[in-house]
Amino acid sequence: MAKGMVIIDEDRCKGCGLCVSVCPVHILRLAEGRFNAKGYRPVEVTDPEACTGCAMCATICPDVVFTVYRRRRQPRQAAATA
Amino acid sequence: MATVEIPEDMELVYKYPESLTERHTHYCPGCTHGIIHRLIAEVIDELGVRERTIGIAPVGCSVLAYYYFNMDFAEAAHGRAPAMATGIKRVSPGKVVFTYQGDGDLAAIGTAEIIHAANRGELITTIFVNNAIYGMTGGQMAPTTLPGQVTTSSPMGRDVETAGWPIRMAELIATLPGAAYVTRQAVFDVPGIRRTKKAIKLAFQTQLAGLGFSMVEVLSTCNTNWHMGPVEALEWAKQHMVDYYPLGDTKVIDEVKALAKGRK
Repeated sequence: MAKGMVIIDEDRCKGCGLCVSVCPVHILRLAEGRFNAKGYRPVEVTDPEACTGCAMCATICPDVVFTVYRRRRQPRQAAATA
Repeated sequence: MATVEIPEDMELVYKYPESLTERHTHYCPGCTHGIIHRLIAEVIDELGVRERTIGIAPVGCSVLAYYYFNMDFAEAAHGRAPAMATGIKRVSPGKVVFTYQGDGDLAAIGTAEIIHAANRGELITTIFVNNAIYGMTGGQMAPTTLPGQVTTSSPMGRDVETAGWPIRMAELIATLPGAAYVTRQAVFDVPGIRRTKKAIKLAFQTQLAGLGFSMVEVLSTCNTNWHMGPVEALEWAKQHMVDYYPLGDTKVIDEVKALAKGRK
């Protein structure tokens, strides 16, 4: 189960690729052959399951494209019985 | 944007700051102005002072900053933001007043205003964005352009014999008694961005505590006029700018140190 999740507001994206350069799990890329309303190749997630919700993409994004969610840590006991 | 179902055990860790409007910026792809706008907005959200904050927009690429910040804003004549901020803060001392200025605005045409505002210890905060070039007018040499750096008005590279040396504003302002907190940060990578946000927050807290003038110089990029890609520009800046413009605090008075300590 993915630890994190990003929601991408594609039309805000200018395809600068700064997020792609900092993603520690390398799951971001600029879309191929697809353009947003501004005419840029928007960022997309290649493997949503690998996302850790670290929010580094959101930290470097100049256009506030990302909303980031992270899975709450389970209390230890609950995790053991699950 | 399509609606996406969020699993129940997921918590929100990053969302669009309330202090920014929904409007898309006119900045070039990869421009660090966007990052710095966002950091200021996040800090103002966290301090809960949006309703009483007044920003002063400069002349330069960020001339339209008032469209992007979701708060009161005024537009100053070129370089005069600190003078305008002085007036606004003095008639409305309860407001949080900040100026957002580039290197052409603050270190060239507005040098007198920033020095005297800092020297008078005005209770304002200045965010100084230094990208070593004039962005809006097409990439001419700025006072902060590095020695040897190629611009449209220094095609052979900045010759310090004729053009002088780049001005280190953070060090210069730090010498003035009215300045309480002066620092230089950079938004070239994620840790740097986090440190910059901390510095911006401390600068606003310095103002809120009435301790004196505060300024954060933020080293940034201009990939368009440096003729580089956005990622390449961050690398270039890391390799070249930090040598001439060392990062870190240039002035922190004891009261601000106590403020920073108490915050942790």
